[in-house]
Amino acid sequence: MTNVINVPASLDEYSFEQVLQQVAPLPPDAKMLLDARHTRWASPYGLSALLTLGQTRDHSRPALAVPEADETVSYWSRANFFHYAEDLFELRGIVPRRAKGADSQVLLELTPISQSEDVHGVVDRIQEKAQQIIANELGINPKAIVGFTMTLSEVCQNIIEHAGRGGWVMVQTYNWAKRLGRRVVVIAVCDAGLGFRRSLESSGIHALSDRWDDAAALEAAVIRGVSRFRDPGRGQGLAGVRKYIGRWGGKLSVRSGTARIAIVPDWDDDVPLEENLPDFPGAQIQVTIPERVAT
Amino acid sequence: MTNHIDLGTVLRRTLSANLYSNLITRPTGAAVRTQIELLLQPSGVGRSLTVIDFSHVSMIDFSCADEVIAKLLLRDGRDREAYFVFRGMTDDHWDAIEAVLERHGLALVVERDSGMELVGVLEDRERRAFQAIKQRGRAEPWELAMDMNEPETTVRSALDRMWHRRLIMRQGDSYMPVGELAS
Repeated sequence: MTNVINVPASLDEYSFEQVLQQVAPLPPDAKMLLDARHTRWASPYGLSALLTLGQTRDHSRPALAVPEADETVSYWSRANFFHYAEDLFELRGIVPRRAKGADSQVLLELTPISQSEDVHGVVDRIQEKAQQIIANELGINPKAIVGFTMTLSEVCQNIIEHAGRGGWVMVQTYNWAKRLGRRVVVIAVCDAGLGFRRSLESSGIHALSDRWDDAAALEAAVIRGVSRFRDPGRGQGLAGVRKYIGRWGGKLSVRSGTARIAIVPDWDDDVPLEENLPDFPGAQIQVTIPERVAT
Repeated sequence: MTNHIDLGTVLRRTLSANLYSNLITRPTGAAVRTQIELLLQPSGVGRSLTVIDFSHVSMIDFSCADEVIAKLLLRDGRDREAYFVFRGMTDDHWDAIEAVLERHGLALVVERDSGMELVGVLEDRERRAFQAIKQRGRAEPWELAMDMNEPETTVRSALDRMWHRRLIMRQGDSYMPVGELAS
């Protein structure tokens, strides 16, 4: 029997949980059809998390019914989604040939990250466009550009250092009318690797804690800068990301296993910590930097 | 012995794709530091001064700053008299470098248009001592104690700490700025 998983019309960090709620009860080898025919919009997180989901079901190769709306399927194509999805899913529906023209809102199309050189490539490509998008269009101080590329570098390195397998990154600007009423630039980095809890367990750190689960692991790594390595210099990457988003009024959220932690700015009403979510391997990180509004 | 190390050149030698000018990722940082250590090996056990030049590096991230700068300062120079001066650092490099210096309680000598400066984790007395040494060029503790209006023993112990951190040089009973020999 094939289990049909409904993909929401708008696929983002929050609505992707609806997908996971449907997938979590299924055994790993269950046949699955992800029905995205009615999906009209997807954030960078939505697209990279969808690829990651395909990666977790690699021994049963799920089917994916692609969006029916021309505009949507065309955007997914320009974001390179189908280029990677065809290895992970049995695609159903009309998949457009890869468009040559890049989307002006997409700073970085879906890009695989599995080694250090990949991060160099990503950062180099972003630097070319960052000046125009961040300083000119979002009105953010040009000094933020270096911090933005550093943030991108560090969250990508999280995959290499901790995941144990490759993941994806995507960067895009869009008008976040529903939640913020402003434009934002978003970095999404998703992998289906070890996740924070298992990564930290390899150092034995959990034995020192009276409470140990995915939420505790996220608090340790994201808030306290704990790393699985004994090297005291480790754990600075996410601390640096936190500092950067604090300076520019941004938001950081990290989901791993059954928990999600967020550094929430005053413009957002997200919860700082969510537990007992449907289990999902690896780590999924989103960084959101909002447009500066003159006061 | 004085060495000049252009980080941009070392970076391009280190990466297989000879295209990038960003000091990013921990593996890249570790590889660059290893290259620097190999370049410094001929310096042996005597006193050495090495200028680390950032002029051709676009940016550095936290992980790379930790591997290149923090580990270089922590490993080299403690057992032998190896001094470092950092040249060509801009605001674009500073966020990451400041973070790792704070994390490890380190300080370093940086060359600026205004001359040599100390940056990082330092006591107020150490900062004042460095300015006093710069004024004199070369001075003994009793002279600096007079300049700073502090007891000589207090000033002497601050100078010794700074010398052990390779932030100033010592010759006999005199202290001098590291950077004087770098120009």
